[in-house]
Amino acid sequence: MKLIKYILKRIIQVIPLLFIVSIISFFIIRLSPVDPLAELRLNPSISQEVLQKETKRLGLDKPIIVQYGLWAKSFVKGDLGITSSGEKVSVKIKERVFNTLILAFCVVFMTWITGIPLGIISAVKQNSFIDRFLMVLASVGMAIPSFFFAILLLIFAVKTGWFPVGGLTSYNFSDLNFFEKTLDIAHHLVLPVTVLFTISIAGLQRQMRANMLDVLDSDYVKFARAKGLSEFKIIFKHALRNAINPLITLLGFEFAGLLSGAALTEYVFQYPGLGRLILEAVMKSDINLVMASLMIGSIMLVLGNLIADILLLITDPRIRT
Amino acid sequence: MKQLLKNKLAVAALSILVFLYLIIIFADFIAPYSKNYSDRERAYAPPSQIYTINERGKISWPYTYNYIREYDSNLMQTVYKQDRTHKYRIKFLGKGENYKFLGLIPTSRHLITTEEGGCLYLLGTDINGRDVFSRLLFGGRISLTIGFLALLVLFPIGLLYGGISGYFGGIVDTIMMRFAEAVMAIPSFYLLIILAAILPPNMTSSQRLALIVVILAMIGWAGFARVVRGMVLSIKTQEFVLAAKTIGAKPLRIILKHILPQISSYIIIAMTLSVPSYILSESGLSFLGLGIQQPDASWGNMLKEAQEYTNIFYRPWLLTPGVLIFIAVVSFNIIGDTIRDILDPKKKDAN
Repeated sequence: MKLIKYILKRIIQVIPLLFIVSIISFFIIRLSPVDPLAELRLNPSISQEVLQKETKRLGLDKPIIVQYGLWAKSFVKGDLGITSSGEKVSVKIKERVFNTLILAFCVVFMTWITGIPLGIISAVKQNSFIDRFLMVLASVGMAIPSFFFAILLLIFAVKTGWFPVGGLTSYNFSDLNFFEKTLDIAHHLVLPVTVLFTISIAGLQRQMRANMLDVLDSDYVKFARAKGLSEFKIIFKHALRNAINPLITLLGFEFAGLLSGAALTEYVFQYPGLGRLILEAVMKSDINLVMASLMIGSIMLVLGNLIADILLLITDPRIRT
Repeated sequence: MKQLLKNKLAVAALSILVFLYLIIIFADFIAPYSKNYSDRERAYAPPSQIYTINERGKISWPYTYNYIREYDSNLMQTVYKQDRTHKYRIKFLGKGENYKFLGLIPTSRHLITTEEGGCLYLLGTDINGRDVFSRLLFGGRISLTIGFLALLVLFPIGLLYGGISGYFGGIVDTIMMRFAEAVMAIPSFYLLIILAAILPPNMTSSQRLALIVVILAMIGWAGFARVVRGMVLSIKTQEFVLAAKTIGAKPLRIILKHILPQISSYIIIAMTLSVPSYILSESGLSFLGLGIQQPDASWGNMLKEAQEYTNIFYRPWLLTPGVLIFIAVVSFNIIGDTIRDILDPKKKDAN
């Protein structure tokens, strides 16, 4: 019961945060000298009627505060307007968000199942050759610009022909059965996931190493050692649980980093994700799309942190007090 | 500092950085060509080969051949062939384009050039026939300094914001921190590209550079301010702050003169630790064409050409800026890590 109360409290805190985010992003974009309907006006297939509807929806003839109100109202209702090519923004964003989430989940999954064991190894064998080696590998992964690494992998893909070059699905995707479809998507995901994995593994591995070292130095581990427990039992039964907890907070940060970092990777791999959508929207100055994807991106980030916080509440009872 | 010099890896990283910064300071002198030199006849020329053994098998003064462009009708593309009829000797401290040494002394001597009429493209040329090697040096000027410039803008803002928020506490703190958190809640790269995209297109290159710096600073200040606030919160209850208060010092004076100097060591660390992330941000932004614009060079916008497959396959020298970004960022990271290790009290005990 107490737990539910905490979770509810945490969720309610998110609402003012998103409100401020919406104000910031609205004013950044609206106070810039870009005409929000310029692209729409240039598109001959958009009728005058639609244009007038959009002008009315955005309240372009009214003062900016009223415009914000109108925009926020329609946003809450789920009406995100139309893109410069006349499609519905909400439809477009929905599929892109899904794609970005797939990518992010794969990366988070991969980093956790490799980062944690590697972190443990580094901590247990502190200052050994393997620890140093992993340290160097981590700094290399952290330093390589994501887009540059993506380009190098593209060369690799083209030269070997082992991986598809960009996109998320093959041209014959609709003819495949469910199993083949999954396989096809997985095949396309390998390279983008590799890039993002390389960038984000370092942080996790280091954090795990630091936590583990902290825990191994604590009194209860010393006690367990004194009691004569095997090193294996000490690490996996006592130390590991306590070392993983702080990582859950990192999960939120990692997710945030992935959203931002994915934009360039998505761009190079032509991956249909939210990051590339916002880039395309920015290049075409498609204001409706930019606003909406900025908001959705922020909501995803805030939700990611929220989920991490709630997970931490569940796993670590000390925080509830 | 002594401890830093004890670590071999850190010394290596530091020397690499010193080397890179020296090179970009003396870029005008070292580069064979100026930033805007372009030879339209030789777009995408491969790197010049330098020979030290002549055709009779004897060691000779280093020389190179010019490239001539030909159209190969079988391959359906232009190919470069060496023009073996004329040798051009490499000259050191020879005369080239005029420039001002360190921005002061007008001269035309360059570290390395060729004889009159020869072309020396150490790393080939780009689409406009500009020397990649020279542009790398000039691009480094922007790529390697932009991080520090952004920090110069960001630190006063973050310090003051965090200082005020932490010192006053209460409702001021709540409002200021909610705002900072909201800025942090926007995915930073999204914010970066949007801010860069709404810059008006008709700006001079120095104006644009200044605005890119400001934009980079806008991304980073919130996180920094939050850390400063946390530190101010822990310091403000100490006696010397109370003493200053009893004397009747104004809040702003207490924040600026008494509290902020206490956290200066943190500031220095935060500085080295965050430089690489700005280098990466700038290069990403310029790579997308939203950062530093042509004809100015930066490592990011030079990599823009690597977006095309044909360039990657047939002109791999265009990828060199990426390697340099990588080297610079690794070096900064190693130094940052070493400093962090040295200042970490837990580690000190262990040694």
